[in-house]
Amino acid sequence: MTPQLPVEVGAAPPARLARLRSRHLLGAGDLAPEEVVLILDTAAAMREVGTRPIKKVPALRGKTVVNLFLEPSTRTRTSFEIAEKRLSADALNIAPGTSSLVKGETLADTARNLEAMAPDIIVIRHQASGACRLLADICSSRIVNAGDGMHEHPTQALLDLLTIRDHKPDFARLKVAIVGDLLHSRVMRSNLRLLTMLGADVWLCAPPTMMPAGIERQGVTATSSLDAAVEGADVVMMLRIQLERMSGHFFPSLREYHALFGLSAARLARARPDVIVMHPGPLNRGVEIASDVADGPYSVILEQVSNGVALRMAVLYLIAGVNEGVD
Amino acid sequence: MATQTPPQAGNGAVLLKGGRLVDPAQGTDGASDLLLRGGRVVQVGRGLPVGDAHVIEIPDGLVVCPGLIDMHVHLREPGQEYKETIRSGAQAALAGGFTGVACMPNTVPVNDHPGVTTQIVRKAAEAGLAHVYPIGAVTAGSRGEQMTEFGALREAGCVAVSDDGHPVADALMMRRALEYASMFGMPVINHCEDPSLKDDGSAHEGPTAAELGLRGIPGAAEEVMVARDVALSELTGGAVHVAHMSVAGSLRAVRSGKERGVRVTCEVTPHHFILSDEQLTYDTNFKMNPPLRGTADRDAMLEGLADGSIDAIATDHAPHHADDKAVEFDKAPFGIIGLETAIPLVLDRLLHTGHLSMTRIVELLATNPARILGLPGGSLAPGAPADVTVLAPDAAVEVRAAAFRSRARNTPFDGWKLKGAVAAVLVGGRTAYVNDEVAAAASPFGAARLS
Repeated sequence: MTPQLPVEVGAAPPARLARLRSRHLLGAGDLAPEEVVLILDTAAAMREVGTRPIKKVPALRGKTVVNLFLEPSTRTRTSFEIAEKRLSADALNIAPGTSSLVKGETLADTARNLEAMAPDIIVIRHQASGACRLLADICSSRIVNAGDGMHEHPTQALLDLLTIRDHKPDFARLKVAIVGDLLHSRVMRSNLRLLTMLGADVWLCAPPTMMPAGIERQGVTATSSLDAAVEGADVVMMLRIQLERMSGHFFPSLREYHALFGLSAARLARARPDVIVMHPGPLNRGVEIASDVADGPYSVILEQVSNGVALRMAVLYLIAGVNEGVD
Repeated sequence: MATQTPPQAGNGAVLLKGGRLVDPAQGTDGASDLLLRGGRVVQVGRGLPVGDAHVIEIPDGLVVCPGLIDMHVHLREPGQEYKETIRSGAQAALAGGFTGVACMPNTVPVNDHPGVTTQIVRKAAEAGLAHVYPIGAVTAGSRGEQMTEFGALREAGCVAVSDDGHPVADALMMRRALEYASMFGMPVINHCEDPSLKDDGSAHEGPTAAELGLRGIPGAAEEVMVARDVALSELTGGAVHVAHMSVAGSLRAVRSGKERGVRVTCEVTPHHFILSDEQLTYDTNFKMNPPLRGTADRDAMLEGLADGSIDAIATDHAPHHADDKAVEFDKAPFGIIGLETAIPLVLDRLLHTGHLSMTRIVELLATNPARILGLPGGSLAPGAPADVTVLAPDAAVEVRAAAFRSRARNTPFDGWKLKGAVAAVLVGGRTAYVNDEVAAAASPFGAARLS
């Protein structure tokens, strides 16, 4: 569990698995448990790079990474970009306003054109569920999903796992509550897949208007009671409420949402004394989470952000396949 | 490969000799010959004298039935000829065993004016293939605001009215349309779906959509409008036909209406009684509206087919260009094609499973569509049009989208191996389509005996 640093060119991480089975990371649901462990172990090792005076290793030198972000994103895109720079990859960003998609080009054609310039990895963020799959079907580049619609956000869930593991390494003993706009949340879907795979007891909490139909089939407990979800929880993961949801009749007001589903210090008292509180950001202070909880002793929100860089370094490193001797 | 010959005037006599004749309208199912002359059925019976007739020998095991009618297709002409044309759609119809199709009005421009109807009728006559029966729009531009001139549409050749693809959302408009259409003996065909419940959904609301992160369309979006339309039909006495029904709740509403004598009929597509949302992926050839429903809904459709509460099988043939479908699931247009896969699917999944009799299948595909739309076909009684479909229920078929007559390829059934084929089609007494593969396999004398 404490591998050596796979930070020099060609250094193989001495984990149980040497590499990922798939060329792409499209969804957390595609990963086997030992692949998850490989990614987390590699990420844990990558953290050391961020502590060096010169935060750079040559692992992806000469590799081209395209960040194709077709939906607004600051945190995830920045996190990927820092990860790419620390690995010495040549990274370039395509933002929604600057892509030819605004000129009416299809995603498939954008992908073919990028492909013709032979990037090694394409990191894609897109508002349509399954968009990364479309890209993977067309491109021979390796694809990393940085969020596709309401489907998956695998690197977020993996960095969440890394953060949880730092505090509570035995997933099978954990009660994890995920609270908020579950219906529209790709973060929830990716976390759900990983946490249930690792044996955690997952509770989902949302108003019935934002609870995905039939989600219980995935082996979770669904509830509209925040107290029930938080009771005895080891991990409480709060999701962002998008303010525009009010227009879709999902809830009547922010005031009532906060009253029923906002995490306050008083409600958090039902959790285990060593509970950790997570949030993928950006926060709506005073809506889904009270400021004193977000900034309080149980919060690991900024650890998540730090871990994001290391986790994405690990994913890029493993997906690039530089340790496979094939490139 | 199969051949297609445009039917001509058809005055010469033709004798279909042998085979099993299935005509639910006459209560016929058994060995029988069929004599056609002047575009009409002249005589039905065993051992009919040949006389001056051209003889087509029907090998044993083949079924002769009234020309099948697909009462729900989209031919895309005028306006979207890159997806399909009246000619290519009619060719696909013949290859699929259909002597007639009823085409929905969501063309560009919408068929909301007799000028558009006349153009469709003329193009269909020029193609000279299958019968094409236009369906006019209920409202101008199918925008739901101003009723179209049903009388003028009827006069130009429309057989029904529908705003298909756009539900008639306003209940008062639906009420008036039912009342007004009854004056012309036309049914109002409704794509039943409450727009506010559908919202921007793209897949059936259920566990699969939840997993794939696709916005859901609940079954209740359909059910509430079917229930409304049954009530409005009861109120007005106007005939309502529920297009592409997909959920159990709709079927309950239809059944309950029928029990009270309400003039409600309904159709179901092959994909809704064969597939379910369990097969759903990001493959846009699985995206249609209504979406593939849950298995309980699919099973309810099978039950409705068997117990008689479903009146027709229609394909909702919805051609789209490959470029239209090669996009993100959310962005892809709804719809799949069905003309050239329907019969193999129906025979394989309904006949060979023992779920339905051949008589019931012909009723769903010919007798009832003709009755609902008031068409001249649907029967092989003397005097009926000489529109005939010959089926080869035991022939093996592999679906090959690349070989379709349709201009489109958007089917989820490509590569499926099925049992049951179309052998030949006669329109107006003339051979319009022969499936050479079946003809060659069915007879030691080869294709000559069928054609």
